[in-house]
Amino acid sequence: MISSRFIHDDKGGVWFLGILLLIAILVPILNLLVPADSAFHFSTYSVTLLGKYLTYALLAIAADLVWGYLGILSLGHAAFFALGGYAMGMYLMRQIGDRGVYGNPELPDFMVFLNWQELPWFWYGFDMFWFALLMVILVPGVLAYIFGYLAFRSRVSGVYLSIITQALTYALMLAFFRNEMGFGGNNGLTDFKDILGFSLREDSTRIVLFVASALALALGYLASRYIVSSRLGLACVAIRDAESRSRFIGYRVENIKLWVFTFSAVLAGIAGALYVPQVGIINPGEFSPLNSIELIVWVAIGGRATLYGAAAGALLVNYSKSYLTAALPEVWLFALGALFILVTMYLPKGIIGIMRRRGAGA
Amino acid sequence: MTWADALNSFRQRDRVFEFLIPEQPPALDLSHNIVLYMEGVSKSFDGFKAINDLNLYIEAGELRCIIGPNGAGKSTMMDIITGRTRPDTGQVWFGQQLNLLEMDEPQIAEAGIGRKFQKPTVFESLTVVQNLELAMAQDRRVWPLLCARLSGEQQDHIDEVLTIVNLGELRHDPAGKLSHGQKQWLEIGMLLMQKPSLLLVDEPVAGMTHQEMERTAELLTSLAGERSVVVVEHDMDFVRSIARTVTVLHQGSVLSEGKMEQVQNDPAVIEVYLGEG
Repeated sequence: MISSRFIHDDKGGVWFLGILLLIAILVPILNLLVPADSAFHFSTYSVTLLGKYLTYALLAIAADLVWGYLGILSLGHAAFFALGGYAMGMYLMRQIGDRGVYGNPELPDFMVFLNWQELPWFWYGFDMFWFALLMVILVPGVLAYIFGYLAFRSRVSGVYLSIITQALTYALMLAFFRNEMGFGGNNGLTDFKDILGFSLREDSTRIVLFVASALALALGYLASRYIVSSRLGLACVAIRDAESRSRFIGYRVENIKLWVFTFSAVLAGIAGALYVPQVGIINPGEFSPLNSIELIVWVAIGGRATLYGAAAGALLVNYSKSYLTAALPEVWLFALGALFILVTMYLPKGIIGIMRRRGAGA
Repeated sequence: MTWADALNSFRQRDRVFEFLIPEQPPALDLSHNIVLYMEGVSKSFDGFKAINDLNLYIEAGELRCIIGPNGAGKSTMMDIITGRTRPDTGQVWFGQQLNLLEMDEPQIAEAGIGRKFQKPTVFESLTVVQNLELAMAQDRRVWPLLCARLSGEQQDHIDEVLTIVNLGELRHDPAGKLSHGQKQWLEIGMLLMQKPSLLLVDEPVAGMTHQEMERTAELLTSLAGERSVVVVEHDMDFVRSIARTVTVLHQGSVLSEGKMEQVQNDPAVIEVYLGEG
């Protein structure tokens, strides 16, 4: 039953994974093997840009899992992304070693600048890659678990939940802006040199990060797809459509919400961890409430409750953003707003909805 | 427990960790042949007494009809039994052992009380079969749900229920596309999947055609016996066609109880309810 739902009912997903695989193979070839003066050369700048957008796509899948399937409109999901990013950023900071401006082998530059004498306790362990990876998963996961435990147990839902998720990310932003927090204040963490001993400036490192992002996106998609096609996924849809009815059947709505929300936060954290080495900086701006709202716009434009639609929406919106911010910098935000209004009014299923209708009509 | 034992118990992944196993409530005890006791139950909302010293006993295997004018407290009574509302005073027991006032909605559902709402609420974006699959009696914790697969036996049970409620041909249609009467049946089917010992059915024939109504009467009569069925209904023809024992509620308490003819001839009942029509 599951296997049939998992693959056979998912033509869009097979297409999505196929295209992703093609990109993951072609892009490294076009970047590394095709000479730079050839028309087919894929520049390292473009590789990094696409890699960054792939992490956005993973974040969008995470948001779609809770919004599209469970009806939880989280307006703070970018906070989990940023936390995963900070965990990775802390590892990258420790990797700088004595190559910083102040040359202190133990303390990152901003701590020397603040006259700190020793490393704060919460930076311990981040010189080890495995520890950082563990934190990438644990920090967003535990925060989401505690937050969800409190929110879902007291049956906070709908607009109220959206508001407190927004407050969560805003509170984190204010906290991370403070220098005393020990995360670099408003400059955040930057000036990264290398990861696992490989220089972040090398094309090959960039390609590896790019492929890792594509792989994480594919695995994140498959895991989410497995959840939504399992009976747990059916229960999620049931809760989304008729929460109190599901309770009367005997579902522990708060537990289901809690675990799916936590899983989604972990996915977001992983996306953030892949984002940071590619863009080379993480600062409190990533916690900005606007980011979380933009994320919801990607999902809405791509198509709710499709997963691959959310990923497609993230790529589409961000590519048009990089095009429009260069071509028409003043109107970009208006374009985004108009797009969101049009989509919610006329395309409740997003662009995937149009494609499906075309497919059914033909 | 030694460390080695503790470690071993963590490695035995064919079993659930012990601390995760919820306390098992006692099983339903029907030794006195009564499935539901409501004694001295009262509930008021902002001073309005929705339920006033209500005493009601439902026998095992019984088909009971509850009638009463609007505001008689029928829905509040259902809410109290299913744990949605807590009464101000009184006792509600399921069998001899289970105190329903100490349980929440999922626990009560798990213990074997199924409820069909007045307005059919099925999961509209899921198919008929998926609706039944979700309603099936099963382990509803998160991890088991994630790994759940339909066994042959469960598939048979679903097929059987589909036949009973006459939705076999529509099994892969989204529930939102069903007609009103079909949704009512699907909901009864979902109740059956839970294998409840007590079925609470709120206005099952509202908005049904005559033919659908007959079929529903047949269905409910066939369900009693193995389990107890409590039907709240306005439609007197329908009540007459299925009723064995009728309880009349009025202003939150029992006005009259007995066979249909007895109740119909009770002057008090005629005054408050039947007399109107």
